[in-house]
Amino acid sequence: MKSTLTHTAPAKPAPPGPLEAFERFEKRAGHAGPPWLRALRTSGISYFGELGFPAAHHEDWRFTTPSVLAERAYAPAPRPDVQIPGVASLSLVPDGELEAHRLVFVDGHFAPRLSRVLPLEPEQVVTNLREALEFQSSLVESFLGRAARHETSAFAALNTAFLEDGAFVYLPAGRELAAPVHLLFVSSQPGVVSHPRVLVVARAGARAQVIEEYVSLGEQAGFTNAVTEIAAGPGAQVEHVRLQRENGASLHVGTVEARQYKDSRVLSHSVSTGARLARHNIHLRFEEPGCEGVLNGLYTGAGDQLVDHHTIADHRSPHCQSHEFYHGILSGRSRGVFNGRIYVRQDAQKTDAKQTNRNLLLSNEATVYTKPQLEIWADDVKCTHGATVGQLDENAVFYLRSRGIGEARARRMLIGAFASETIGRIGVEALRARLDETLQAWLAEELAAPGPLPLPHPPGLTT
Amino acid sequence: MTPLLEINQLNATVEGRQILKGLSLTVHAGEVHAIMGPNGSGKSTLASILSGRPGYEVTGGSAALDGEDLLGMKPEDRARKGLFLAFQYPVEIPGVNSTYFLKAALNEVRKARGLPELDALEFLEFIKAKMKVLELDPSLLNRPVNEGFSGGEKKRNEIFQMAILEPRLAILDETDSGLDIDALRIVAEGVNRLRKPDNAQVVITHYQRLLDYIVPDYVHVLHDGRIVKSGGKELAYELERRGYDWLTSEARPVSPELTTA
Amino acid sequence: MNTNNDTIQGLVGGDYKYGFVTDVEADAVAPGLNEGVIAAISRKKNEPGFMLDWRLKAYRHWLTLQEPRWANLRYPPIDYQSIVYYSAPKKAGQGPKSLAEVDPKLLETYERLGIPLHERERLAGVAVDAVFDSVSVATTFREKLAELGIVFCSFSEAVQQHPDLVRKYLGTVVPYTDNYFAALNAAVFSDGSFCYIPKGVRCPMELSTYFRINAANTGQFERTLIVAEEGSRVSYLEGCTAPMRDENQLHAAVVELLALDRAEIKYSTVQNWYPGDAQGRGGIYNFVTKRGLCKGRESKISWTQVETGSAITWKYPSCVLLGENSTGEFYSVAVTNHYQQADTGTKMIHIGRNTRSTIVSKGISAGHGQNSYRGLVRIRKSAENARNFSQCDSLLLGDRCGAHTFPYLEAANPTARVEHEATTSKIGEDQIFYCNQRGLATQDAVNMIVNGYCKEVFKQLPMEFAVEAQKLLGVSLDGSVG
Repeated sequence: MKSTLTHTAPAKPAPPGPLEAFERFEKRAGHAGPPWLRALRTSGISYFGELGFPAAHHEDWRFTTPSVLAERAYAPAPRPDVQIPGVASLSLVPDGELEAHRLVFVDGHFAPRLSRVLPLEPEQVVTNLREALEFQSSLVESFLGRAARHETSAFAALNTAFLEDGAFVYLPAGRELAAPVHLLFVSSQPGVVSHPRVLVVARAGARAQVIEEYVSLGEQAGFTNAVTEIAAGPGAQVEHVRLQRENGASLHVGTVEARQYKDSRVLSHSVSTGARLARHNIHLRFEEPGCEGVLNGLYTGAGDQLVDHHTIADHRSPHCQSHEFYHGILSGRSRGVFNGRIYVRQDAQKTDAKQTNRNLLLSNEATVYTKPQLEIWADDVKCTHGATVGQLDENAVFYLRSRGIGEARARRMLIGAFASETIGRIGVEALRARLDETLQAWLAEELAAPGPLPLPHPPGLTT
Repeated sequence: MTPLLEINQLNATVEGRQILKGLSLTVHAGEVHAIMGPNGSGKSTLASILSGRPGYEVTGGSAALDGEDLLGMKPEDRARKGLFLAFQYPVEIPGVNSTYFLKAALNEVRKARGLPELDALEFLEFIKAKMKVLELDPSLLNRPVNEGFSGGEKKRNEIFQMAILEPRLAILDETDSGLDIDALRIVAEGVNRLRKPDNAQVVITHYQRLLDYIVPDYVHVLHDGRIVKSGGKELAYELERRGYDWLTSEARPVSPELTTA
Repeated sequence: MNTNNDTIQGLVGGDYKYGFVTDVEADAVAPGLNEGVIAAISRKKNEPGFMLDWRLKAYRHWLTLQEPRWANLRYPPIDYQSIVYYSAPKKAGQGPKSLAEVDPKLLETYERLGIPLHERERLAGVAVDAVFDSVSVATTFREKLAELGIVFCSFSEAVQQHPDLVRKYLGTVVPYTDNYFAALNAAVFSDGSFCYIPKGVRCPMELSTYFRINAANTGQFERTLIVAEEGSRVSYLEGCTAPMRDENQLHAAVVELLALDRAEIKYSTVQNWYPGDAQGRGGIYNFVTKRGLCKGRESKISWTQVETGSAITWKYPSCVLLGENSTGEFYSVAVTNHYQQADTGTKMIHIGRNTRSTIVSKGISAGHGQNSYRGLVRIRKSAENARNFSQCDSLLLGDRCGAHTFPYLEAANPTARVEHEATTSKIGEDQIFYCNQRGLATQDAVNMIVNGYCKEVFKQLPMEFAVEAQKLLGVSLDGSVG
């Protein structure tokens, strides 16, 4: 599955290949941080060298051509020297509405002056990863690179090779993080890549909410290759929100890898509205009995956007539950890809796994590819999945109409509700409200587009 | 006086099968009519046809509300004109908040009646009183429409919507099915309170039980797509005693005059 | 679950009853594949030049292909040079003219298989074309069908007697370029069935082919072609068995169906090739390409399969819905026990407006069996108002087996409705107990539940096949089966 890295842009000078970029990066950053980090990065680049970018016919990349990504630069963006005015206003949630620890990263580099950490309880950590690597090296070492599988994922490997800044959230046993952590990743320079890394560790019984928000400054193309690792100890609960709203020229690859231990809960939300090409890999892995995982997501596409979610709920232990809800709304010429996998390993008896993926196409040019997938090796399990494309419940449409609501409005209401349903599961209220508002406005605009409302309509209506 | 509802020789098919075969019925303002009949006689089809449910094809006859042709109207226009159907199986609509839904519906109906729309505060004021009558848990309003409602809650919610939309003609489709006796009484009381000289109700039911609580002025027996017998409320008791067989075995259409009050 | 496991063995693990070998002298070519072998096959069958050309083109194309490995199947490499590509019961000259000419030993074989041709003839319900190893042995009811203009004969005969029809339709639905096994089949196929239903004719009886692999080290590469002209209708049944042998045998068949305007083809299969023994030794490798083209408007193609045999099953009977208002259906029961593996499902390609498809797949895994459903529903941009509904259920009997679902749904038209549902379940102890409490033995309860689970598919089968299918599941007729 190796692919040779050929550079195809004849007009522009070829961007440096990843291996070359790594050499330069090593020279600059290699001496900083603990020795084990250097080894980790080196293993990252060597795995990447072995894996290469996934080939176009790779099953996991059938619809999201990785060659677009392979043509990009790999070197981390230089630290921007421009002062960015009002970074906080880039967030969907205005500063005053969300009381949160806020760490801001510009082109992958931590921006301390734009960040603020609220008072923490003893032993709790919310900090730039680089700082933690320096001062809490052994603590970080126990968790970093343990969940993300850079052995098998080229993008995780690449991120690991260039690992530097990012967020480190650590919660000792039994403590709840009072305020959410809000991580804002701003892409400001065109044609460069950032490899942000987030590590969230919640020890036994701890609770935390972490929001990652990805935005762009300006309209030029950037490339974000983010990796998040979550470790949820026994009885811990982590709610993780991934909000991808980069500009329409950007490329975005986001990976979330969670390891769950006894009776823990991880709630993963992914809302993806931005980027020209967005690929999300979200994996929950139940290592011990009694875990619960929620995979909740909403993706929207317009214009030429391609948005791709690959999720895995990996049941490796008995008595675990996973609930997955992904909704997609696609308009323009956009393409939506969903691949949800449920693995139930041989020992994972009494698994309860549910998955639904529903899609609405709002235009004649939009396409959806969905592949809900079950792989089961245990017999005493309850697993269901369902996927639908292109339908509003006609009974619901009729019910609304029978109460006097016009047909077009009835359909708009139901599409709005379709979007709200996933948003409604997000536990951070301020964010939920803003998101819903933004999405409803987007929908109103998409549905107001000229031309007939291309919504499903059963044939043969006579009354 | 123009009748509120006038159905004349209505014929209708569902998926190519003829269900209504020349049904005629006239309802004036201030009246309550009960339509009874065995399973499969066409009772629910009548409700669906009148409310304009897709998939039902009218192949002959007419139906008018306040003298206006009903069958050519879109379902929402029928609702705005004052036709209300209390569904036998109210559908669950995940994600659509009940309050939002009701306010949208009410304002559509008010607009059609030339009344000003209500803002959020006025609306809440307006519905508070109506909730009490039906002993509805106010928290239901914060839930999606009908989602997770019990059977009784769904039926009460239908009548609650009826109270809010104040229809000219309400059709209650097997509203008693699935209700215990207490819930039945609450629903019936709600319906009775809504009875006014300028509106009318058509109660579709299989059993006489509901008619102890909602007392009809007229009772019609529907069989094989037509009304085969009409009478006063005492007909319901006779049906309760004798069943439907004595009527259906010699089923024949009666003339429209007989069914007209 | 111990009690259950015992009954499950009884249920799907019964001894293979069709594992006998018939001792007939065979006319075979030497093992191996090259252009000479292909020419020899073509020569033995006395084929016209266009057939040999086509075979050679297919062979040359095959040489450029790699064996597909994307399926969820594990098996050692197949040595294509050790396979015998042609084997026929020795009977010099041409095929038998009537049943009287058929080798009595062969007839006895079919008798043991449960398809006595004589009896069938009397029953007047089914016309059987039996393929033994690679050649068609007897075709019943020829004359009766011929009166209606229906052609139903072995493929070899069709090549001799209806070369124009063969030339016109061969490879139009499954071209030799389609996939690795289809290319191999096109190069070496030795026989199969051919069926042509003229315009407006409703075939008055079920047409049936029975396939059997008898000789050792023999590959069976049959090819079936059914053409249903405008307004015609046909129901076709296919059954398969093979003797028990320790080594694996390859079966790579191709079935092409073509339905023109308002034509309807119903194709039912009960596949009971030898599955290998309880330790996973031996068994048929079944790599089959089946596709139907609904070319005409309002045409309909319906696939029903009951897959209980074979060590490896790789099979995706598909429908290309080109004609407006055309319909495709796929009903499947697939059982894997011991070390059997199945990767099976369907493809529904919606191209025309108002096209409809239905998929019902029931997988049953027991022992160490691995059962995968793999299906594609593709709604092309042109397929206005297309509808698909898929239901894919898995039943797991025991904790060493696997059930996997790989549905691919692709929709490029906003008026399309695609719905996919899948569930995985086991037979609940509470269900068994409930039945026990009502007086049913555990075995009967399991039979009843499994039958109920498969009912939706069984009811698609013609009566005799439904019975056979149920027998194959070791299930008595009582209980919930209708």
